[in-house]
Amino acid sequence: MTLAPGDVAFDVEFRGITKRFGPLVAVNRVDLQVNKGEFLSLLGPSGCGKTTSLRMIAGFEQPDEGELLIGGTDAVGVPPYRRNVNTVFQSYALFPHMSVIDNVAYGLKQRGTGKAERIRLSGEALELVQLTGRQDHRPSMLSGGQQQRVALARALVMHPQVLLLDEPLGALDLKLRKEMQVELKRIQEQVGITFIYVTHDQEEALSMSDRVAVMSNGVIEQLDEPRVIYDNPRTSFVAEFIGDMNFLSGVVTEKVGGQFIVDAGGGVVIRGHGAASRGSSVRVGIRPERMTALPGSPEQQANSAKATVLSKMYLGDQIQISVSLANGQRIIVREQRASANPVLDVVYSGDEVLVSWDDKAPLLLEQTVPLQSSAEAEQYTPSEEAAVHASTEES
Amino acid sequence: MTLLSEPKQEKAVGVKRRGRSFKPRYPTWLALPALVYEVIFFLGALGILVAFSFATQTGFSQITYGFSLDQYKAVFDPLYLSIFFRTLMMAAIGTILTVMVGYPVAYWMARYLSTYKLLAVLLIMVPFWTSFLIRTYALKIILDSQGFLAKTFGLDIMYTPIAVGIGLVYNYLPLFVLPVFGSLERMDWTLIEAATDLTARPLRAFWDITFRLTLPGIVTGALLVFIPMTGEYVIPAILSGGKYEFVGNLIGDTFNTAQNPPFGSALAIMLMVALSVFVVIYIAVATKEERFGA
Ligand SMILES: Nc1ncnc2c1ncn2[C@@H]1O[C@H](COP(=O)(O)OP(=O)(O)OP(=O)(O)O)[C@@H](O)[C@H]1O
Ligand SMILES: [Mg+2]
Repeated sequence: MTLAPGDVAFDVEFRGITKRFGPLVAVNRVDLQVNKGEFLSLLGPSGCGKTTSLRMIAGFEQPDEGELLIGGTDAVGVPPYRRNVNTVFQSYALFPHMSVIDNVAYGLKQRGTGKAERIRLSGEALELVQLTGRQDHRPSMLSGGQQQRVALARALVMHPQVLLLDEPLGALDLKLRKEMQVELKRIQEQVGITFIYVTHDQEEALSMSDRVAVMSNGVIEQLDEPRVIYDNPRTSFVAEFIGDMNFLSGVVTEKVGGQFIVDAGGGVVIRGHGAASRGSSVRVGIRPERMTALPGSPEQQANSAKATVLSKMYLGDQIQISVSLANGQRIIVREQRASANPVLDVVYSGDEVLVSWDDKAPLLLEQTVPLQSSAEAEQYTPSEEAAVHASTEES
Repeated sequence: MTLLSEPKQEKAVGVKRRGRSFKPRYPTWLALPALVYEVIFFLGALGILVAFSFATQTGFSQITYGFSLDQYKAVFDPLYLSIFFRTLMMAAIGTILTVMVGYPVAYWMARYLSTYKLLAVLLIMVPFWTSFLIRTYALKIILDSQGFLAKTFGLDIMYTPIAVGIGLVYNYLPLFVLPVFGSLERMDWTLIEAATDLTARPLRAFWDITFRLTLPGIVTGALLVFIPMTGEYVIPAILSGGKYEFVGNLIGDTFNTAQNPPFGSALAIMLMVALSVFVVIYIAVATKEERFGA
């Protein structure tokens, strides 16, 4: 309350929040800043602490440690009914004994809004979610998608500072999900309320959100715009969780300017951009669609490797092959079928192919710097050997 | 022609066979043992009661069957009506007390117990493992003027309506707790979170949501205890020492002491009529429960 208006830059702020359930740490020293009016998704596998985070904002759970600010005000210990935050529950949690309009008007009634006003505002909210003419039905008489709209209207009618949505589309079929995703995004833009959206569906998170927080084991691994999350995953977990990723491990043999060269063994040499120190062990990720496979096996060089095709799959608009590299590692390569003559059409199991990628494709993910490499000049025999090996192959 | 029609026929047979295997059958005979039992011992006894109630008694236990309303007219004597009134009042008070004692424990069990839930249900049923009569006599020992309560706290409530009330609540509590517990078990507690999320205070949320949704369970439980309470015989006999008679005691006395089966039967049937009113309410609420499904 004593904060200057300028200080209240975030609708929700976590400062080192920890939540435990007995010995289990559900949320582990999380810092999070949610901007005003943004659509932020919490994305992560089951049990990573998404719901727990959301429930702390709603006030159903209290953090064990750390500070939680809503609209710049300390919210720890404030009960749910005194928070200007509303929730759309995964199970919708509609009151089964009340009509649609009574469900939507329930919150306004608690606030003491007059009856006529209540009905008017609730009607408007139902219009916003495009559910009209069903006001007197009981929730059980509505379809899943319609119930979802009622739950949304019931929360929106309160004009909360922040709207919390816990996998709101989880119970809907794929087609309806897609429809509702567009719908939700439209509504969010129309009302301008901050949405915090929990999902374990990466496609959903990436397509709807302004920013995505990827969670794992109670921590936020990366918080970025969807494009950055996909193109520049900062950790192995994010790289693996978002989209498909081929992983190659090796030792950095050379470091020139902003470039590195990694020997992944078996003649597989990766060249990419990033700050890797020589001699360190790294894990590199390359997206399947950034790789190409050509029949035959011409001369090898960096960022291309000989491989044997293990299997081939048609995925609607894409063709995917699984190959085994010379170092024994299996990777997948994907090609859009939109191109006039998909190369992979004429590639079959057992064929020898040359897999290649450009030097922007490899993403440097994990780096373990050996102790002796702190002195840059120090010789590191295996890597020296590998470097020689790599350069001879390149020439 | 034959070639064309034959596969058609085959298909029809297939459909029929499939249809038969899925058709639910009604093995009525499963209900037969219960039916026989009820016809003989319930309808039979009821028939005897009805026949008795329209009969007249001349002299000493000389029963003349017929169609006389004399016995029913006799029921409307202020003395008997006051016993009817007292019975219904005591049963109503007993039911309200049972609800007040039973609902919180059922709520606690359903909402807050997890590991020991089943154990709690068993404990609720423990009193049923001893005979009703023995339990009531045991209660008498506690309530007696020479008993524990009187000696320790100076509470001499034996042979008062309070003693009868305590006895009623004690004996019928499990019968109320179990259906209400069932109803609370089906409660979706996220609804309460949703209500508080919509700024309802906890008590408001309880009243608007939990209470409303478990009301059918409460009504079921209340009727389940109210109906046998109105027919109670043992509790008023033992705990009021016959001072606060229920209709049940009156009927017993009429049959056994006064040796007047026709009048006793008329009393019994009038009690049934009075109770039917409550059963109608029950059915009305029970069908409502189906609609809400909670
Ligand atoms: N009330 C609770 N008591 C004990 N443990 C809990 C409780 N709520 C959550 N947990 C545990 O905390 C961890 C995080 O749970 P949370 O519900 O936040 O996961 P989530 O990310 O929402 O997962 P999902 O995608 O499956 O919904 C889990 O391991 C869960 O078992
Ligand atoms: Mg969850």
